[in-house]
Amino acid sequence: MLEIKNLHAGIDGKEILHGLTLSVGTGEVHAIMGPNGSGKSTLANVLAGRPRYSVTAGSVTYEGKDLLSMPVEERAREGVFLAMQYPVEIPGVNNIYFLKAALNSVRKHRGEEELDALEFLQLARQKMKVVDLDEAFMNRAVNEGFSGGEKKRNEIFQMAVLDPKLAILDETDSGLDIDALRIVAGGVNALRSEKHSVLVITHYQRLLSYLIPDFVHVLANGRIVKSGGKELAEELEQKGYEWIEQEVAAGA
Amino acid sequence: MSNTIEQIANQEYKYGFVTDIESDVAPPGLNEDIVRLISAKKDEPEWLLQWRLRSFRQWLTMKEPTWANVHYPPIDYQASRYYSAPKQKRALNSLDEVDPELRRTFEKLGISLEEQKRLSGVAVDAVFDSVSVATTFRVELAKLGIIFCSFSEAVREHPDLVRKYLGSVVPYTDNFFATLNSAVFSDGSFCYIPKGVRCPMELSTYFRINTAGTGQFERTLIIADEGAYVSYLEGCTAPMRDENQLHAAVVELVALDGATIKYSTVQNWYPGDKEGKGGIYNFVTKRGKAFKGSKISWTQVETGSAITWKYPSCILQGDDSVGEFYSVALTNNYQQADTGTKMIHIGKNTRSTIVSKGISAGHGQQTYRGAVKILKSAVDARNYSQCDSLLLGDKCGAHTFPYIEVRNPSARMEHEASTSKIGEDQLFYCQQRGISAEDAVSMIVNGFCREVFRELPMEFAVEAQKLLSVSLEGSVG
Amino acid sequence: MKAAVNSAPATEVLQRIREQAGQRFAQLGWPTTHLEEWQYTNLQPLQSRFEAGAFREAPCRTGFPACPEEDRLESLSYTGGTLRGALAELVFVNGVYAPEASTFAGSSVPRVPRGSSGRAVPETEEPEEPRNRGLRIWTLREAPLEILEQHFARYADYANHAMTALNTANAEDGAVVEVTGVVEGFVHLLFVGSAGFQSYPRNLVIAGRGAQIAVVETYAGSGSYFTNAVTEIVAGDGAVVDHYKLESESLEAFHIGTVHVHQERASSVTSRSISIGGGVVRNDVSVSLAGEGASLVLDGLFITAGTQHVDNHTLIDHVVPHCDSIELYKGVLDGNSRGIFDGRIIVRPDAQKTVSRQNNKNLLLSDTAIVDSKPTLEISNDDVKCNHGSTIGQLEEEPLFYLRSRGIGESEARDMLVYAFASEIVDRMKLEPVREQIRRAMSRQMPRGGEQR
Repeated sequence: MLEIKNLHAGIDGKEILHGLTLSVGTGEVHAIMGPNGSGKSTLANVLAGRPRYSVTAGSVTYEGKDLLSMPVEERAREGVFLAMQYPVEIPGVNNIYFLKAALNSVRKHRGEEELDALEFLQLARQKMKVVDLDEAFMNRAVNEGFSGGEKKRNEIFQMAVLDPKLAILDETDSGLDIDALRIVAGGVNALRSEKHSVLVITHYQRLLSYLIPDFVHVLANGRIVKSGGKELAEELEQKGYEWIEQEVAAGA
Repeated sequence: MSNTIEQIANQEYKYGFVTDIESDVAPPGLNEDIVRLISAKKDEPEWLLQWRLRSFRQWLTMKEPTWANVHYPPIDYQASRYYSAPKQKRALNSLDEVDPELRRTFEKLGISLEEQKRLSGVAVDAVFDSVSVATTFRVELAKLGIIFCSFSEAVREHPDLVRKYLGSVVPYTDNFFATLNSAVFSDGSFCYIPKGVRCPMELSTYFRINTAGTGQFERTLIIADEGAYVSYLEGCTAPMRDENQLHAAVVELVALDGATIKYSTVQNWYPGDKEGKGGIYNFVTKRGKAFKGSKISWTQVETGSAITWKYPSCILQGDDSVGEFYSVALTNNYQQADTGTKMIHIGKNTRSTIVSKGISAGHGQQTYRGAVKILKSAVDARNYSQCDSLLLGDKCGAHTFPYIEVRNPSARMEHEASTSKIGEDQLFYCQQRGISAEDAVSMIVNGFCREVFRELPMEFAVEAQKLLSVSLEGSVG
Repeated sequence: MKAAVNSAPATEVLQRIREQAGQRFAQLGWPTTHLEEWQYTNLQPLQSRFEAGAFREAPCRTGFPACPEEDRLESLSYTGGTLRGALAELVFVNGVYAPEASTFAGSSVPRVPRGSSGRAVPETEEPEEPRNRGLRIWTLREAPLEILEQHFARYADYANHAMTALNTANAEDGAVVEVTGVVEGFVHLLFVGSAGFQSYPRNLVIAGRGAQIAVVETYAGSGSYFTNAVTEIVAGDGAVVDHYKLESESLEAFHIGTVHVHQERASSVTSRSISIGGGVVRNDVSVSLAGEGASLVLDGLFITAGTQHVDNHTLIDHVVPHCDSIELYKGVLDGNSRGIFDGRIIVRPDAQKTVSRQNNKNLLLSDTAIVDSKPTLEISNDDVKCNHGSTIGQLEEEPLFYLRSRGIGESEARDMLVYAFASEIVDRMKLEPVREQIRRAMSRQMPRGGEQR
């Protein structure tokens, strides 16, 4: 599904990822953990194509295609979804209208028929239940007046509607209480199948108790320094990131 | 991606052509002789000349206001021409006699002067520089007792009405620009809706500045008698020129007991070029007086002019009267706008609503300035104010100055204000969900303006939406 | 460092800070209405009674003899007692911990032994669910020195705020709640005052990295007394804190309370300040959003009648980028009462991408009630999304008419509408027992409308 090879990338001319290599197979859930400033968010943003981030070396292949050469919206239409760390407010555009426009542009790209308002509403209502969002939210402007937790749940709701092939969660668990965390995990677990891959970027082990990853990678100083199974996340939680840094230093 | 935002700022002005027509123009400069000349050109009665002269003398004692948040080099009032009229036959017997060149001009602007091509029932008064060149559907309207004609004609045909109401809402001493207008106004529209009559079509005036170095000073007076209803539309354009041209209009609305006046404007004067060169200086005084149980509703879409200085206001004099102000203002490139409204609650149980939406792009600067005054006499007054600013890019600015003065404790006041910025992050968010940048901006801008657009009559709403979406054409790189 | 600390009793640390704060209070003096921050609230009547010795300190400054039984019982019956379902409930009478009235995890336990490491709430037997791990509670005087050294008086600014200085100078007791894991229940701190006393409750809530906790503070009592409370809340990296302050003091009481919240990266705090009782009340809530991605919901509700005076000042300080704050304060004012909302939001130059929303809505039920609404935004940064609003109004005629036309009596209809107005705040509280408590308190003021739901 996704092959990242020797990726060097950064923001505003400052290199943050120094040769990252990662392979995510179809149907797999990978967690990427690491301390602040290790490059976790840079990786997410580079994959989605956020402006100001630039790639200086390496390649990213997504379903056999060169992901980095695609414009942002094409990546989205090809099924790459980024649940953002800081979902922004879009004033004046109501949530449901926004999502319908998004879904239809994705469907059009796939050669599927566009959904009319009624069909869309049906789908949206069904997915809304998954994330326990009140329908009143849907008629407000995108993310406007949403609390931090509601914004994150809205990201998962959008993910559920758009049904991406590769979902990237950039610190979606930050600031969530345990109930919201279960909801987010439930949303991702509902998406899990042999056709969908998920990349969970997180600072904490908490989310991974509900969303059991197939692989856990530790990112430090712009490289993956350790990979393992779900037990690696628990070890990290107990020993802290200093442990990894020491281990890497010892190994170097 | 940020290109999209820049390209919005680089829209083309589509109405910038000049009509080649011979004009009768006054020499540049402003003095009593010019005032007399304008009055003489129009065969005005003595009382009106005297009113103009009083205004002129008053104006000489006044200073140009500086409190507005707009910046421009000093205006040389002696350099401008105060009268320009296309040469044509003195009196027209029918619309067919309108100069074909003028007719073509208005057609190019999308305004048909042929009644057969009526725009779903809109009567038009077309004003070219200083004079009204044609008014459509007059006969049909006259059957209902509705008077809709040029201001000059009203002075001749209905002097009593004009004399009774001229200056009754905006006195000639009101402010620097209104006083200037009172001295030199040339033409404009007049309309009177008799008691109990609901005007069956939209009345509309289209203002066009054509001649170089000319200021336009039109005067509009609308009187809705008891229980009458009228919806009035105003549109404006001007050619592209490097120099700045002055437009200082006055609009007076009188809504007698139980009447309703809905006044809509789509202002698209030439805004100047990308570097801020040229464009119209638009200093306008618009005010309505609402008597018992009446309603005055202002809706404006302001996309043009280099400088806009405009505060359509309501004096809610009668008990149970209602004032409304819905506004979308777009400032682009180097445009500046200082606009808002004043709602003065005098009568009991008076209500006012203010919805202002400001969009700034490029280096545009925009100020919302609104005043709500609840006087002691205004028991149970209510006001709702909403004031939202949208910034496209990071070189523009928005400022909000709400003034609220409450002298009666029974008042119920609601105020909301917001400032949002559409930048890289918002566009990236939309694109990451599969929506193109162009669609995203158009969605955001239209969504932002929706509450105001829905107040506009259908034809105008379409035009307004077009005006704002023109800016997006060709913006996908 | 830690070794030295262990040998020194906590009271010495407190004593040092107390002395500094006392000196500071002597310099600052009682606030007067000449100060912008105090222009709406005149403390002169409180000050003169205070200085005339009208309020005595609780008789149990050291050790733990029980407080006068009759005072406590009277007070407890006024508040309607305890909150159902609290993991732990600590009761303070006139500012002093009352172990015999306090409970841990539903069972009455003696006070936390001196010098112990706090009392851990028993963990549940669900290994997959990291519930209720790492909750420790002490009274202020029992709290471990390292916690006090690190956090006590570090957030609530006693150098510039006289009433915070007065509390800090006199702070003897209160609760220290530390949580390092996810706790799904809530801790209740109940402060009961009685006639003729002054008290200085001082609380500290520390939520560590990724921790979760809910804390409810209730202030109640009977007769004329003076409560000067300060609560400091620290939400660490990714922590989630749900905080409630219910001010339900006696109508003759003076209540001056400060809540200061300090938020670190990606933390999420909801703090709600409900004022129903009190004669003269001043609530200061200040929050500093000091870590990127922190998110805040600040709610307030004040319901006043008679001659009550309730002054709410809030300050939200956006220090770093990418923080959200949503603030909604609602006031319902009847009789000759006066309510104030003065909300300040500061967006610092570095705080790009700030999203801030502030709203104050007030309902005046009489011609003589007064409300002052002063929302202010101070923005030193242009890449922000800010929104603020303010409403002052009376009950709408039409819904009132509608209800009456369906046979509902006028006063009942009024109460129902007032209740509906207030319920926007109440309904979004997560803790059902708290919602219930507030509804009960409201129904005392609105006997006909409050129990409708």
